[in-house]
Amino acid sequence: MSDTPLPHHSAPLSDLEQRVKSLESLLIEKGLVDPAALDLLVDTYETRVGPRNGASVVARAWTDDDYRQRLLDDATSAILEQGYRGRQGEHMVCVENTPQVHNMVVCTLCSCYPWPVLGLPPNWYKSSEYRARAVSEPRAVLAEFGVELAPEVEVRVWDSTAEIRYMVLPMRPAGTDHLDAGQLAELVSRDSMIGVALAQESSAA
Amino acid sequence: MNGAHDLGGKHGFGPIDTSQQVNFAHEWEEQVFKLTLACGMLGQWNIDESRFAREDTDPAHYLTSSYYEHWLDGLERLLLEKGLVSEQELTERKADGKSTLSAVAAGQVPAILAAGGPTLLDTDRRAMFESGQRVVVIDDNPRTHTRAPGYVKGKTGTIIQHYGAHIFADEHARSAKKEPQYLYSVEFDAIDLWGRVTAQAPSVVRVDLFEPYLRAEPVT
Repeated sequence: MSDTPLPHHSAPLSDLEQRVKSLESLLIEKGLVDPAALDLLVDTYETRVGPRNGASVVARAWTDDDYRQRLLDDATSAILEQGYRGRQGEHMVCVENTPQVHNMVVCTLCSCYPWPVLGLPPNWYKSSEYRARAVSEPRAVLAEFGVELAPEVEVRVWDSTAEIRYMVLPMRPAGTDHLDAGQLAELVSRDSMIGVALAQESSAA
Repeated sequence: MNGAHDLGGKHGFGPIDTSQQVNFAHEWEEQVFKLTLACGMLGQWNIDESRFAREDTDPAHYLTSSYYEHWLDGLERLLLEKGLVSEQELTERKADGKSTLSAVAAGQVPAILAAGGPTLLDTDRRAMFESGQRVVVIDDNPRTHTRAPGYVKGKTGTIIQHYGAHIFADEHARSAKKEPQYLYSVEFDAIDLWGRVTAQAPSVVRVDLFEPYLRAEPVT
């Protein structure tokens, strides 16, 4: 999700823009798509479904150990407890980072991503660079995101090649005992739930 | 198919542009996204047919066009293949009458998104492999859609667990048949995939693989 509006063009339409515009008109004219449904789809994924959903799941897991266990045992049900379900999150698995194991998620074949908890994937996740390199040089990839792990930590890369969707449960940062779930959720970035970042240290700590 | 979409482990790609945080770089990409979802809801094709329609293209085009251009190519191809629009309509950008299908109304969208498309199926068969077992990924080369990435073919890994029987993507893309096949999480040691010199150990890759992709490691 982004607060920045998409660029609008006053210049002549590019071939691609023209092609898409024509296709949309054609599909509306044929009665194959409903303009109101199109607007609702955009609104859903631009304003309602996004990484704040996942952050609330993580914050609850950090503050409620029974919930954390349910999340690791059956993520689909535990995520539904928080009210999130549906398309591209039908079969969820949550993988937990520990001092010994760091998890990160990729889809080398396309761009599979857990929409109900993270929204739509950022462009870097869909890039050829990430898809090619995450499995073969994960430490170099993590370094590009600013993450340096101790040499003994095992990096566990999950390639989402089927219909299981993965989210990472990052480690709770030290010095956050005084924070409630709402404040903790602020420390949980989208990238930390993909596994290319760590949860942030609390600035209030 | 072993097309350009099968990117895992391929060399020559540069650094990741981590500044690319948005979901859509241009307005037309958002348009392609919503048109693809809305047309998908007509129920004339499944997600595996969509994936095949996007990946089955000239490798040079795949690698030099943007992600949502793949979606646009795939959508136009499916609309044509399934007879929802004609070649002439697409070329002339003008409808030759209304479709016999009805658009999915906005009011139906929330329920469709909430239901999603679960792939878990019942089966009487038992899973062939068990946790801890060593398995080899069959080194075949189907021209059709498959979800076994090239970088694990012929490699030996360890079964972590199975996730039950799911719609077998390969058959689903070919015939739309919902064939149950057990889906396994299989772990590969980075050294077995990339060699001792280049593997960034300690690391492993866990890949979700359908039972027909696997065979038991031969006893030596």
